[in-house]
Amino acid sequence: MDSPSPKQPSPEQHAAAIRAGDRRALARGLTLVENEGADGAALLAALGSVGSAHRVGITGPPGAGKSTLVSALVAAWRADSRDVGVLAVDPSSPFTGGALLGDRIRMLAHADDEGVFIRSLASRGAFGGLAAGVYDAADLLDAAGFDPVLIETVGVGQAEIEISRAADTTIVVLAPGSGDVVQGMKAGLLEIADVLVVNQSDREGADALVAALQSAVELRDAVAPPIVKTVATRGEGLAELRALVDGRAAAAAGELTARRLARARARIRAAVDRRRADAFWNAADGAQAQALSEAARGVADGSTSAAEAVARLLGGESA
Amino acid sequence: MNALDQRPIRILVAKAGLDGHDRGAKVVAAALRDAGFEVIYTGLRQTPEMIVAAALQEDVDAIGLSLHSGAHMTLFPRVLDLLKAAGADQVLLTGGGIIPDADMAKLGEMGVGRLFGPGTPLSDLVAYIRTEVAARREVGSA
Ligand SMILES: Nc1nc2c(ncn2[C@@H]2O[C@H](COP(=O)(O)OP(=O)(O)OP(=O)(O)O)[C@@H](O)[C@H]2O)c(=O)[nH]1
Ligand SMILES: [Mg+2]
Repeated sequence: MDSPSPKQPSPEQHAAAIRAGDRRALARGLTLVENEGADGAALLAALGSVGSAHRVGITGPPGAGKSTLVSALVAAWRADSRDVGVLAVDPSSPFTGGALLGDRIRMLAHADDEGVFIRSLASRGAFGGLAAGVYDAADLLDAAGFDPVLIETVGVGQAEIEISRAADTTIVVLAPGSGDVVQGMKAGLLEIADVLVVNQSDREGADALVAALQSAVELRDAVAPPIVKTVATRGEGLAELRALVDGRAAAAAGELTARRLARARARIRAAVDRRRADAFWNAADGAQAQALSEAARGVADGSTSAAEAVARLLGGESA
Repeated sequence: MNALDQRPIRILVAKAGLDGHDRGAKVVAAALRDAGFEVIYTGLRQTPEMIVAAALQEDVDAIGLSLHSGAHMTLFPRVLDLLKAAGADQVLLTGGGIIPDADMAKLGEMGVGRLFGPGTPLSDLVAYIRTEVAARREVGSA
């Protein structure tokens, strides 16, 4: 069974333990990468390149049934003894930094199944956004042998776009009543969907929503994503949904490559941006941070423009 | 200072036992979130095995158990044993419910953290968890 991991293994030992399936080492590693510190970076470096677990993003408005659907999908893969990883992301409060992470409530069916690993992540609003920590967390689950890796996010803002970059397949989940959402998201959710799910299709309005989605996706010149009706609470439509996802994993190799390329680019950029920014703001013993405070005062009292302040701050750099 | 020391406190909040509602646990969960904690809320009717399995996956600093079923003398020790067996005894186990003082003392001797009766100000709970987790993180990284 799980042997207690030593308190401070080297990054190499830690990486080896994760690859060997040590769940505690994985949990601890997720904490390290989530924290985006030097220890996490060392672990990722020691881990080297990871496999190619299929990463499936599940996004949609609050209450659409994303977590319930994730749980039902997990059950479908577990029936074939696939080990499934889940990352459930919820927003942190920008004011207190706190977060209420409640997605596990809908996934209790897998609570003591060794073949399912569920981790709740708070978005934390760190520089570089949500995606950075999620890419890394997904890599760890991948390295530990979980395939697929499911990533649930609430689709209300920029998050869903980022998640579609982190995922090989993006499932957008809607429910009757999210019709107004469809209206308001012309440039958002529909465009990132590889598969559209109308969940809670036991409720009134499901067929109308399907029809609305159908006409919305037909207007685009891109390939229309399939629309699947589900009742996540009863497992209805899940076989079809699973088959679609597995089909994408197996068949669309070319597209996956393009996706992964885009993901790698976004990821490298985010990491470079973050390091650059850290280095910039922490430079010269906090002098830069102080310059920011002064510049901010000037902009706030109207004596300088923001553009001037930026030019002055960047003056030292060949920008 | 180590970057890990500054990450938000992660705590799993659950309602153990077979009885009814989880209003109290939800209020506690919301208060802890407002205090800046990352609260993993797993809801009602959690067995010790489910609680510990989730706590390990989530790598939490603490577990806050709410229970009103009178089964505290079996549930708390069982959770503690499972944590020990997994080598995770640095995780703080705290909670609340209607628990006689004598039982609180006994549980404390076993290694359970402070337990809070109904009506305790939530700020006491928050302050206690902050202090206790800070001390345990210190030990863990020593
Ligand atoms: N009638 C019906 N209810 C459902 C269905 N799927 C989920 N629900 C219910 O919808 C509610 C919300 O489900 P969740 O799975 O928590 O939804 P979510 O999208 O993950 O919610 P957030 O993570 O809070 O955004 C729960 O009460 C579910 O039981 C369904 O197919 N039919
Ligand atoms: Mg959810």
